[in-house]
Amino acid sequence: MFAVRRTLSVALATALFCGWAAAAEPEYTIVIKNHRFEPAEVKVPAGQRVKLVVDNQDSTPEEFESHSMNREKVIPGGKKAAVFVGPLKPGRYTFFGEYHEKTAQGVVIAE
Amino acid sequence: MFAAALIVFRESLEAALFVGIVAAATRQLAGRGRWLSAGVSLGVLGALVMAFAAQHVGDWFDGLGQDVINIAVLSVALVMLLWHCIWVAAHSREMASDARRLGQSVQQGERKPWALLVAVALAVLREGAETVLFVSGAITGTETGAGAVVAAVVFGVALGAAAGLVIYGGLARISPRHLFTTTNVLIAILAGSIGSQLVKSLAQAGFIERWTSPLWDTSQWLAPDSAIGTLLHALVGYDARPSAAQLASYLAVLALIFLGNRLLRPRPQPVR
Repeated sequence: MFAVRRTLSVALATALFCGWAAAAEPEYTIVIKNHRFEPAEVKVPAGQRVKLVVDNQDSTPEEFESHSMNREKVIPGGKKAAVFVGPLKPGRYTFFGEYHEKTAQGVVIAE
Repeated sequence: MFAAALIVFRESLEAALFVGIVAAATRQLAGRGRWLSAGVSLGVLGALVMAFAAQHVGDWFDGLGQDVINIAVLSVALVMLLWHCIWVAAHSREMASDARRLGQSVQQGERKPWALLVAVALAVLREGAETVLFVSGAITGTETGAGAVVAAVVFGVALGAAAGLVIYGGLARISPRHLFTTTNVLIAILAGSIGSQLVKSLAQAGFIERWTSPLWDTSQWLAPDSAIGTLLHALVGYDARPSAAQLASYLAVLALIFLGNRLLRPRPQPVR
């Protein structure tokens, strides 16, 4: 039990350290306003991990979700949150706001 | 408002199925109702606290606060399920090795399944916090009135709970002798699923960098947002685009439980 717990915490600590140590990936900001993404099309380099910063300027929360990038994260109203994606193969990866799916649609283009 | 009900249903499904399975697994345990509702209540309470804290927590760790909390919750849930699957299951089997006294000995299980209680609370907390956030946003941003939102939420939660009841009802039909094995296998698979989700959260937060690309893509055959895809995700951790790290974690958890069970298996009894 303790061994498992210790291994887990060591693993987490190592992961945290690596995460901060390697913070050199390209960063892209996507703003949410009036339940729409701006820009709705984001070009990122393929074959490399990238950091998407989702800046929710609406007063309501939104869930940034992408099936093709296998990501989902709730961003409270007026907050920013980081989502790491990839490395992606060249192609189009759609994302949407689950709480306002009709309007909140976007695409990441990896090239 | 159908969309809102659907979102709430999706969020509550996983927790409801888990509670249903645990309820079936502990069917013959005295005082089950009491501690099971304690677990759910604790989870709901935690979800409320977490949803309100999300406003502040999100800013920690450079916009990764929620991920860090989510990772912590998943880690503890995983440890609880591993604990239950390996140690408690082995111990219970020891008690239950005399087939004639099976029903009795499970019933007399002196050990309270506290690991399952914590796991239940965490499952409700995890899914509940997102639901609370969504609902609070939907109420403040509604154009159709708060009443319609509340009705949609109640409907969504009721549907989720119904799914939990269905799986409980199905499991309750299994004979006590096989019920124990069936629920243990289901809980082991859920542990694997949590292992996979944990690794996915680590990748999303940027804490792991290797093995994060998808191994395959089955979304053409079974879309993750389809009804069956959603159900399989909640039940066995179906992921249309799993990364190598996710798959490795899923399999490692299952292997650990399998090996742990074998190692802790009581010595064979003489044939009667």
